[in-house]
Amino acid sequence: MRPLLSATGVSKRFGGVQALDAVDLSISPGHIHGLIGPNGAGKTSLFNVLTGLYHADTGTVQIDGRITSGVPPHEIVAAGLSRTFQNIRLFASLSVLDNVLVGAHQSGRSGVLGALLGSRAARAEQDALRERCAALLDRVGVGAHALRTASELSYGDQRRVEIARALAATPKLLALDEPAAGMNPSETDALRELLQSLRDDGLTLLLIEHDVKLVMGLCDRVTVLDFGRCIADGTPDTVRRDPRVIEAYLGSGEPHTEPAA
Amino acid sequence: MPKRWQLVAVVVGLLALPWLVDAGLGVAWVRIVGFAALYAMLALGLNIVVGYAGLLDLGYIAFFAVGAYLYALTGSPQFGLHWPLWATLPLAALLAGGAGALLGAPTLRLRGDYLAIVTLGFGEIIRIFLNNLNTPVNVTNGPQGINQIDALSLGGFSLAQPFQLGGLTVPPAYLVCYLFTGLALLVALASLRLEDSRIGRAWQAIREDPLAAAACGIDVKRYKLLAFALGASFGGVAGALFAGVQGFVSPESFSLTESIMVLCMIVLGGMGHVWGVALGALILTALPEALRALGPLQKSLLGQVWVDPSDLRMLVFGLALIGMMLLRPHGLWPRSAQ
Repeated sequence: MRPLLSATGVSKRFGGVQALDAVDLSISPGHIHGLIGPNGAGKTSLFNVLTGLYHADTGTVQIDGRITSGVPPHEIVAAGLSRTFQNIRLFASLSVLDNVLVGAHQSGRSGVLGALLGSRAARAEQDALRERCAALLDRVGVGAHALRTASELSYGDQRRVEIARALAATPKLLALDEPAAGMNPSETDALRELLQSLRDDGLTLLLIEHDVKLVMGLCDRVTVLDFGRCIADGTPDTVRRDPRVIEAYLGSGEPHTEPAA
Repeated sequence: MPKRWQLVAVVVGLLALPWLVDAGLGVAWVRIVGFAALYAMLALGLNIVVGYAGLLDLGYIAFFAVGAYLYALTGSPQFGLHWPLWATLPLAALLAGGAGALLGAPTLRLRGDYLAIVTLGFGEIIRIFLNNLNTPVNVTNGPQGINQIDALSLGGFSLAQPFQLGGLTVPPAYLVCYLFTGLALLVALASLRLEDSRIGRAWQAIREDPLAAAACGIDVKRYKLLAFALGASFGGVAGALFAGVQGFVSPESFSLTESIMVLCMIVLGGMGHVWGVALGALILTALPEALRALGPLQKSLLGQVWVDPSDLRMLVFGLALIGMMLLRPHGLWPRSAQ
């Protein structure tokens, strides 16, 4: 089957640091694909290249057959890839529902005239989007907070709103940058269920995560980065036993992220 | 039904406004209310750029100037043109909007302080341009400005003449007040509709976090340009009306101080909040006029005028702004959380 996203030979250098060194990544449709690696391995850099926030020095990225390396972020959303951020980036002073409505920006067509004249089409579109976004908030479990200001919500709830906002763009591939960071165990369990249900609905997910237990339990396939290079790629079981992976994690001096945990 | 009654109440209120103001404060204040409405239009235009999209524009008065000069050049003996208002107003909106997009385009990569400095420069360029466009071909009359500008007129009725309605005589100041408050209300309505639309939300997302906005699929450059253009077009309409009611324009009416004054209206009232911005415009237009009364007051209490009221005006104005920053940093009437 043709991969939904494929990156080949992606390199990115920041000054003297080779953040990404000829990284290949291939994500099959319908999979939850994990991206792990010690701190500073280049996971977020790769994420930012895939979502258009950085331009790769070399290499190409294709999403659903369309070359997306070098195009601006909004065109990557149009190609079907939505993302969340590691350090939550909600629109703090907007309501929760408005945050999700911004996510649905490309689903709308109405322009300046429609807004100024309050045309029937523009209002109908707005009502329909509002309904869809409210349903998304219900789905991620924060429907009750729809009209509150985003910054008032708890950390865990803000992460859910970010997921709803990314879903509002009706992506084919949802990329989540450490969605479980800062969550307590029960919140992490709820997140696991949500991600599984999204996959069951046919969505493909790319997951950067430090919580190795979550990644190993959830992912169909895992790619491991270390020092900007791809050191392993395969099912969770093969990756877990890969000596290079074990060395990368033990060498990093972070026992809590050891894959054998 | 309550919505229809609201509309009736607003219309009756607007019709009664100049009569009430005249009865209470005198006809000079009817003019002031008209000007407050004009400045409210101007401030609401800048509010799109600064309040919604979060782009600090210090050269906004340039678009007011574009509208004013368009009206002046197409409705005065300067070129012998006397175009009607229904043609001038849309043209002013279009031309100023075009100027807004033109000046916005090179600034799209700039943020914060850098954007403020560049827009400040653009504002000055337009003023200096108007100041010097009297040679080799005299277009703007240079520093002398353009006078004998046609008074505002609607469908053959000049707003500079009293209007006879049955046995009732409506003075010219009232007519101008009606036109300006009516249009200001339309501009406020347009702002509110934009705010709660796909476009307004895109602007607010860019204001809050441009990177996250781009990751949500918003073409950030395009929407910044749109904010510059739409905001400028509101300013252009206000400028045309300004020329029509003043009868005279010159480059010195469009200095940096004016840009900052309009920005103060927004900051004082409540950035991003339509009614707050309108309140800010009203206060900053009315305050200097109200302070004129300090001259006669000193005379009656102290026997002579010790401090010139026009000096006091800036002092009181400065103190008011400092006090506001300390007590209500989000403006007098900020946008409350939904």
